[in-house]
Amino acid sequence: MQSLTNRSKVVVKKEMSFAEKLYLPAVAKGMMITMSHLFKKKVTINYPEVERPRAEVYRGQHVLKRDENGAERCTACGLCAVACPAEAITMEAAERKKGEEGLYREEKYAAVYEINMLRCIFCGLCEEACPKEAIFLTDRIVPTEFEREDFVYGKDKLVEPNEKNERVNIAPRQAQSTIDFKKNPEYAHNQLWDPNKKIGPKKGH
Amino acid sequence: MTLSIVLVTFAGFWFPLIMAGLVFAVSLGVAAYSTYIERKFAAFLQDRLGPSRAGPWGILQPLADGVKMVMKEEIIPNVSNKFLFILGPAIAMLTALMTGAVIPWGPKVNIGGEWFSLQVADVNIGVLYLLGVVSIGVYGIMIGGWASNNKYALLGALRASSQMISYEIAMGVSVITLIMLTGTLQTSEIAAQQHGFWEDGWFTWNFFKNPLTFLIFFICALAETNRTPFDLPECETELVGGYHTEYSSMKLGFYLFAEYVNMFVSSAVMSLFFFGGYNFPFMDELKDHPNLVAAIGAGSMLVKTLFFVMVFMWIRWTIPRFRYDQLMNLGWKILIPLSLANLVATGITMWGTGKIG
Repeated sequence: MQSLTNRSKVVVKKEMSFAEKLYLPAVAKGMMITMSHLFKKKVTINYPEVERPRAEVYRGQHVLKRDENGAERCTACGLCAVACPAEAITMEAAERKKGEEGLYREEKYAAVYEINMLRCIFCGLCEEACPKEAIFLTDRIVPTEFEREDFVYGKDKLVEPNEKNERVNIAPRQAQSTIDFKKNPEYAHNQLWDPNKKIGPKKGH
Repeated sequence: MTLSIVLVTFAGFWFPLIMAGLVFAVSLGVAAYSTYIERKFAAFLQDRLGPSRAGPWGILQPLADGVKMVMKEEIIPNVSNKFLFILGPAIAMLTALMTGAVIPWGPKVNIGGEWFSLQVADVNIGVLYLLGVVSIGVYGIMIGGWASNNKYALLGALRASSQMISYEIAMGVSVITLIMLTGTLQTSEIAAQQHGFWEDGWFTWNFFKNPLTFLIFFICALAETNRTPFDLPECETELVGGYHTEYSSMKLGFYLFAEYVNMFVSSAVMSLFFFGGYNFPFMDELKDHPNLVAAIGAGSMLVKTLFFVMVFMWIRWTIPRFRYDQLMNLGWKILIPLSLANLVATGITMWGTGKIG
């Protein structure tokens, strides 16, 4: 097989020479190697000050989107919770009252919507399951907390702010490549459900 | 006027006390900050940045570590021998600090016409004192490991003691070689002999007179301070930590601190025995300013010592830990015969060149 680098060496088991038996030349050589690293560029990234660039499809903290009028898109259908493999999402539905049309887009809405960030594996299946384009994963990072309870995110943390200029930007998640990926008919999740058709890894691979 | 008379009269009494305080403070300070230097240095050798959060460049890290050590919960196992459990780290710390007493940190200073050596105790058996106190240091580890009443801690303690036995002999013999070379047991005299540049066709540093002795002494000093590659008493993969498995908070801190103080002192001993101690070239020109010479001398001693501390760290982050049988092989089959051969060769050479009888 062709080797990828030219660094590999054939291992030979031979009698060590006197200089090799002394070990000290090898020790000195090793110490020179470590010392040369003293002057090399450091790989550390000072995280809160400097952020590593993330891929455009990076899946971070969730957001519950509002529509262009400021009404919540979520209708508490529960598809995200069903799709969630980690069972991190819980919700309670409620009926929209008269006069709340500006708050909720449909007649049903989520009175309580909670995601346990300690359970969430950020797979993005909730986003794929959502028929209302309400839940998205963003490029934000879930901040650390000191208490377990603080990781259960309610609507106060999940629903994006109403002010137009403070909306959470999900454009990175909606890059053309992502949209194409989500709508690619080759993937099972984009196909209509056919009970006769078996979904799963194709045989012969 | 009267004050200075009083000062000078009692100077013989208070100067060693001040020196003791100074050596104590400097040892502790250097030990605290060598933890920081070690972390930083290790990080740099591994292309990382190291501690950088506490203060600028993380220089307050030792303080933060110290506060954390003190604030943590003290755990003393129920089944342990409580008295010895507490005594262990105390002995380790005490002996580590005691060794600094006989090291001359600089040439004599002149205060009000009186001469004082920058040394806590200028005893004429200084080298013996050093060897003795350093050997007691392992009792701290052994007692701590035994008193923990934990098999792993006991194994760590056993390994510490057997390692100490196999290295102390080679170290002692190499020190005998050094004593033959210098003809004295007094540490200040050893330093003074390395004054000057050239003598009898040799550089005056003992390192140039007998580099092999230095090599043996250096390897033994590494083992003596329990530093990698000879840190067998503490091994996470084999001993769940080692002799300090059961230790927590400041008692563990004392053990770790003792290791750093030990490292500092043995670096000082090495620069004293082999690299001229406090001597700095061209100091004869400054004969009229003895205190300036003393200051420069103390500075050069400190720089040499810190250099060896760095070498210790450099070795630690380069060489992996020895296996137990490899260590025994190195100690008993290589270092002891080598140091004995070196002793004999040195004796023959000195006899041949007419240095002795």
